[in-house]
Amino acid sequence: MTDPVSTPSHSAPGTAHTPPRFSATFDPGTLAEIRRAAATGIYDIRGGGTKRKLPHFDDLLFLGASVSRYPLEGYREKCGTDVVLGTRFAKKPIHLKTPVTIAGMSFGALSAQAKEALGRGASLAGTSTTTGDGGMTPEERGQSKTLVYQYLPSRYGMNPDDLRKADAIEVVIGQGAKPGGGGMLLGQKISPRVAKMRCLPEGIDQRSACRHPDWTGPDDLEIKILELREITDWEKPIYVKVGATRPYYDVALAVKAGADVVVLDGMQGGTAATQEVFIEHVGIPILAAIRPAVKALQDLGMHRKVQLIVSGGIRTGADVAKALALGADAVAIGTAALVALGDNDPCYQAEYAKLGTVAGAYDDWHEGRDPAGITTQDPVLAARLDPVLAGRRLANYLSVLTLEAQTITRACGKSHLHNLEPEDLCSLTLEASAMTQIPMAGTSWYPGCGM
Amino acid sequence: MCGIVGLLIKTPSLRSQLGELMVPMMIGMTERGPDSAGLAVFTPPLSAERRKISVFAGQLPNASQYDWNGLVVSLNTALNVNATVQAQGNHGVIAFDGSPDAVKAWLKSTSPLLQVFSTGRSIDLYKDIGTPAEVAARYHFADFQGSHLVGHTRMATESAVTPDRAHPFTAGEDFCLVHNGSLSNPYGIRRMLAPHGIQFDTDNDTEAATRFLEWRLREGDTLHEALQKGFEVLDGFYTFLMGTPNELALIRDPFACKPAVVAETDDYVAIASEFRSLAHLPGVKHANVFEPAPEEMYVWKA
Amino acid sequence: MESLKFDLAATPLREVNQFLHKEAPAKAGLAVQIDNPNGAHAIAAGLNAAIDVTIEGHAGYYAAGMNQHATVTINGSAGTGVAENMMSGKVHVKGFASNAAGATAQGGLLVIDGDAGLRCAISLKGADIVVGGSVGSFSAFMAQAGNLVVLGDAGEALGDSLYEARLYVRGSVKSLGSDCEEKALGGTELEILSDLLVRSGHADIDPTTFKLYGSARTLYNFHVDNAGAY
Repeated sequence: MTDPVSTPSHSAPGTAHTPPRFSATFDPGTLAEIRRAAATGIYDIRGGGTKRKLPHFDDLLFLGASVSRYPLEGYREKCGTDVVLGTRFAKKPIHLKTPVTIAGMSFGALSAQAKEALGRGASLAGTSTTTGDGGMTPEERGQSKTLVYQYLPSRYGMNPDDLRKADAIEVVIGQGAKPGGGGMLLGQKISPRVAKMRCLPEGIDQRSACRHPDWTGPDDLEIKILELREITDWEKPIYVKVGATRPYYDVALAVKAGADVVVLDGMQGGTAATQEVFIEHVGIPILAAIRPAVKALQDLGMHRKVQLIVSGGIRTGADVAKALALGADAVAIGTAALVALGDNDPCYQAEYAKLGTVAGAYDDWHEGRDPAGITTQDPVLAARLDPVLAGRRLANYLSVLTLEAQTITRACGKSHLHNLEPEDLCSLTLEASAMTQIPMAGTSWYPGCGM
Repeated sequence: MCGIVGLLIKTPSLRSQLGELMVPMMIGMTERGPDSAGLAVFTPPLSAERRKISVFAGQLPNASQYDWNGLVVSLNTALNVNATVQAQGNHGVIAFDGSPDAVKAWLKSTSPLLQVFSTGRSIDLYKDIGTPAEVAARYHFADFQGSHLVGHTRMATESAVTPDRAHPFTAGEDFCLVHNGSLSNPYGIRRMLAPHGIQFDTDNDTEAATRFLEWRLREGDTLHEALQKGFEVLDGFYTFLMGTPNELALIRDPFACKPAVVAETDDYVAIASEFRSLAHLPGVKHANVFEPAPEEMYVWKA
Repeated sequence: MESLKFDLAATPLREVNQFLHKEAPAKAGLAVQIDNPNGAHAIAAGLNAAIDVTIEGHAGYYAAGMNQHATVTINGSAGTGVAENMMSGKVHVKGFASNAAGATAQGGLLVIDGDAGLRCAISLKGADIVVGGSVGSFSAFMAQAGNLVVLGDAGEALGDSLYEARLYVRGSVKSLGSDCEEKALGGTELEILSDLLVRSGHADIDPTTFKLYGSARTLYNFHVDNAGAY
């Protein structure tokens, strides 16, 4: 009697064994998250921006000079990079040497050393930094030559003395990681100093408001902006920051409410902490937001008169140049600035392993155990960041961004970054083409053209 | 977002000043509403068999010289409705005998670019793009007389800046509404009303609220009942001011984020989004000035 | 004591505010009267000196916003956000106040003789507010520190998401917000209340007729069983 047909799976060819197959819908990451939710009863919280692959600047390419157009040489054939922000109403607009600015990030989310490093680096590069939720620190004001002071729904640390010390005021309606959400800082980062600045008990989880307490809507924002101007004697530019959702309407309304500058943050924009579902499923990519924002400005006759700063996933000088070509006046970097300082650096690999992660993937910034000493309030960890060295690194990175943008701009035959235009670009994908209305490479067609 | 104004004159001898008192109120709301402005005034009603419609010719070329008399002659030839017109540039109030539906259908088929902004025996409605001062001058708002009116200045949020998307919105006959705020479920409301045969002229969220309330009134709800249902169905932020031939009515949503202030004397009741618009009114220094509470219905009878 | 008068019907508000910011601080004890406010916004906002300002009439939004050191009296009503983010000094509204009165204020004293609208003392960060009338719904929402005293009633959701501010209410409370509960009115709290009643012109009111409300502190650290409160 022979055995039934059943062979050990590892030996014979032509076996009946079906290899394991994961579901694309219920993939390992999803399964792990469901288990985690079942174990804890709380949503997953993390830092950073969207991790999904989305239509982004990589889907656009520049059309360099050739026979029909001629490039600029380097060196003597200058390519300008300066920008002026806040020309609409302010007595003292802001002059920057490069259009790459540092986005708002809070002391609380970041250590005092990190805020100081950002100020040092930005000042070396001739650009601005921005405070975040929680207020202005002396370290940042001391080191940052140009400081934008955020005015948020929570009003933590908001006071008129700091308002008067600021170079510009940024009224925050939302940010790309969580449009419609408020700030979040968990107990482990509410240190004595942070607690004092925010007027909170130490060690509790901060609950944050998502709407401003004393105005709702652009008609009342207009009155609030007027109040801020009256308090500061009309000297400082007023920015309005929105997370990208309905950019055409939001930008038009910010202009009608009296903004000097609009800051538009796409879903790639990072945060120190919020719910994972908020980051990944609310808001739109920055690539999809820029064209409608610029159109709103053009329809109002305000393009270049109200300046547009865009942020969310700016990584290289190519991203900077593309954002400007699409019509922005400047960009802001957040995540990239932190990486330049040393965030998620492989030199701490062993410590990342102890935290259950790897360098480059570490996003539990809300826990305040950052080995790089940047997204933490722990004095021992925070001391690892030398603000002078880190500031130098940031300045280097900002230089590279600016040089890269200049290289591309010269190659397109322009003598200033602001002369880049949408017609210098082509699209590689249908999504990017539809979102930006930039034609597909080698064609003059984009989805919806002619309609 | 927007500015709202409302004025009801109690003292009959002052009704000739209705428009004159209203214009500075609207101009005070220019910053909140720079895009367009509108006004609905309630006059003594036409007889029971007659109706009037407010018609806007702004979409036509040379609209400020539109031949209203020619239009009325054609209308009478076609339908024999004893029509007359009072015209003001690109706007005409056409009064006639009989059913408004027949006249509106005729207008739609012969002159599709004309837009009917209101229907009724008592209501006249004007709205157009421009600042409040420009719109007021264009239609001589300062000369208006009547018992009460509802006005609005607009800062468009999600629908376009066009005359037909300005407020007040009307539905049915002799009912109008102005809105400061932003509804968060306007499309759901439209879908709820569509099976009842209710059609929309614009994509504006305020139109959804207007047609919902008018539908409830038409179905036999009292104003109170209709507004109560409104609180349940309408989601978002709103201060609504409504006009009927004998009333002004105001409600605010439970969060009351959009402002409203009332000044009342023996002679008038005045409503505006900000006190700035009431400051010029006669006797306002001794008026009862108060803010309406959220989720309460305020009704003033003319 | 020097005293000055401005008429907002004749002088632009911007000029008046700039005078109050730049030249007033040099005149110790200066008294300023502002006529015909007519609902203008941001009157006397951003003051930073111990001057005395009287506004004769109704003020618009953000009157005395971000006040420091000054004493501002409004002989009329005040619009949204009166004394918002005040740091020190005193603001006295003789009439009623609209929404968000004293919003996010960190110090100083705000006295309202009439009613205050919704969200009175929202996000309060250390200032004291005394309301002679009633307050609207959502008052003391996320109030972190300081004291709110209400001689009349409170609306819905009083002290929703409350931190460490103390809420004293003499009349009825329509409903309490998340994590807000009645507390025993002990010796220290009674003293604070008495002092505030005296300083706000209500020395004749018996502090023991008030109830004290404060945070139950169950939302200080997230726990799944409290998820419904968020």
